[in-house]
Amino acid sequence: MTTSRPVVHAAREQVGRLLALVPYLHQRGEVRLSEAAQALGVDAVQLDKDLRVLFMCGLPGGFPDDLINVDLDALEGEGIIRVDNADYLARPVRFGPSEAAALVVALRAIEQSASAETREVVERTLAKLEAAGAASAAQQIHVAAEENPGEALLPVLQGALERARQLEISYYVPSRDEQSTRVVEPRAITRVGDATYLDAWCHTAQGDRAFRLDRIVTAAELPEAVSERAAEPRDLSGGWFRGEGETVSVTLRLWPEAQWVPEYYPVIDTTTGPEGTLDVVLEVASEAWLQQLLFRVAPHARVVAPQEFAESFAANVRATLRLYDPHG
Amino acid sequence: MAEKSERLLNLYIMLLAQTRFVSKQDIRRAHYGEYGDNARGDEAFEKAFERDKEDLRELGVVIEVGSLDHYFDDEQGYRISPDTSSLPEIRFEADEAAVLGIAARAWEQHTLARATTEAMRKLAAQGVEVDTSRLDLVPPSLRAEEPAFDACWEATQKRRVISFDYRRPGHEATRRRLQPWGVVRSSGRWYVVGHDMDRQAERVFRLSRVQGKVTALGKSAAYDVPVGTDVKAIAQRLVHSTPDIDATVLLRQRTGVALRRTATSIEEEVAGPDTLTAWDRLSLTGQFRDVVDAVLSLGSNAVVEGPEELHSDVLARLDEVAR
Repeated sequence: MTTSRPVVHAAREQVGRLLALVPYLHQRGEVRLSEAAQALGVDAVQLDKDLRVLFMCGLPGGFPDDLINVDLDALEGEGIIRVDNADYLARPVRFGPSEAAALVVALRAIEQSASAETREVVERTLAKLEAAGAASAAQQIHVAAEENPGEALLPVLQGALERARQLEISYYVPSRDEQSTRVVEPRAITRVGDATYLDAWCHTAQGDRAFRLDRIVTAAELPEAVSERAAEPRDLSGGWFRGEGETVSVTLRLWPEAQWVPEYYPVIDTTTGPEGTLDVVLEVASEAWLQQLLFRVAPHARVVAPQEFAESFAANVRATLRLYDPHG
Repeated sequence: MAEKSERLLNLYIMLLAQTRFVSKQDIRRAHYGEYGDNARGDEAFEKAFERDKEDLRELGVVIEVGSLDHYFDDEQGYRISPDTSSLPEIRFEADEAAVLGIAARAWEQHTLARATTEAMRKLAAQGVEVDTSRLDLVPPSLRAEEPAFDACWEATQKRRVISFDYRRPGHEATRRRLQPWGVVRSSGRWYVVGHDMDRQAERVFRLSRVQGKVTALGKSAAYDVPVGTDVKAIAQRLVHSTPDIDATVLLRQRTGVALRRTATSIEEEVAGPDTLTAWDRLSLTGQFRDVVDAVLSLGSNAVVEGPEELHSDVLARLDEVAR
């Protein structure tokens, strides 16, 4: 399968940065390179390169006075940006169609899962952007609210967090196919990788636990306040599972029908196999999860290695087939 | 890149500073001197100029096209008006700036994440300070895993015809030609909505069923999206056109919690295919494929009772593995 390489529009992007940089400077006079880089979300080295393009530009005519003036001494010496003779670029350009659409869709998505108070803020923000011409492009893209039971509970979880109250949740663990009810002290809602979690101190487990939002079946706020156990948010930038448990590298051969798998699960390696197949290597933490995946995409995936997993899957399939024909 | 950047920015400044329309000749003389004065040079210039105009439009610039001369209106000229091309002044309250800070982190798709960054940069250029410190709100995760997404989105923006191989389950892939009107995400999947040029009708395609590359054909602005087109409504109307099936499934007790949540009714303690555990009978309604996948995922904890087509599909897939 071909992975999609994003199309690069290097020159367009550079001009886009410059058309934001000049108005930014115009408002402030002179600015430190590092400060401008941070405010505009651009790498400082890149910004330096951009400025060297800027001073080659200006009004047509070809006289030195026509060109935009960038003070290279100040840039190279003190790391300060000073630009003049560019007053006609004092205003940023209108939102491009993709920019407007991306921003409006993101705000609408926040609106869908927000509490009533936040929804009001989002509506105000959207109205201002739409007044600035962001509405029309967003008609070409629509993201429907996910019919996700966990997301529907977000306002309840968010409310408990805001009021610092405990929660009673019932939680489903797919790999064990179990559901349990627990009292937890919510600490934060955090996204790690592609999933959203409720980070909490769990009374049942007597420890810190992370609950995937889409597996929380019900949630209710309790009158009890959270204790100091829920006070400090944890640093989860490295993911939840650091150092916990062991994983096994599993190589799967995927036929075209199952080749969406590497799009949805992190794979370490991808190679082309025979007859249009794809061999992918996954780090698997639970055999139950792997078996479930194999069943779900059967017969379009096979375990290449390790052999034990291939054998246990085959045994599971035979056991399932016997259920359909108990006397056979 | 620097040369092309210079040309783009110089072109922008040239057109911006004019009160009158500028002729293509003047533009060519000022910025496209490297293209020779012959048929090949003409063609190369036209191509480069079209691409540059498109790049400027994508940046948000509005290029006005008008007649150069009051007496001869056959020659077209170009200019950019600072009024229509500049971002109107917007001021945000502190709570609005915080919401923008969350929106800035919502896209997990390359092209649109970048577009959000560029939009934020324009706001920063205007003096808006986006606040990224509000942490009690979760940014939504907007994703597009389908490789076809980028090409479809770009073609929608440019109004360019696209062509791709499309495979519906159980069918051979067929080549389609589409005038894309928009993209829609529903139930975790992306769709492209548009006018199918071979079927001469409105159609919706699931991007995960697009095989291989999406090719853009011909020029930009090749068609108009019909006035009043609501891509969301079309997608809703066409996506769920396959009727749901009613299924009965036997499930071991204390398994299949997720499937139980979707059941319309559950009959407990029924006779099952074995006596290792007790069994329950679930009645459920859903899309054929989704039911097959859900039942298969449960392995030897679930058995389809009916309908027959569901039963035989699950069996066929298991048999294929066991062979």
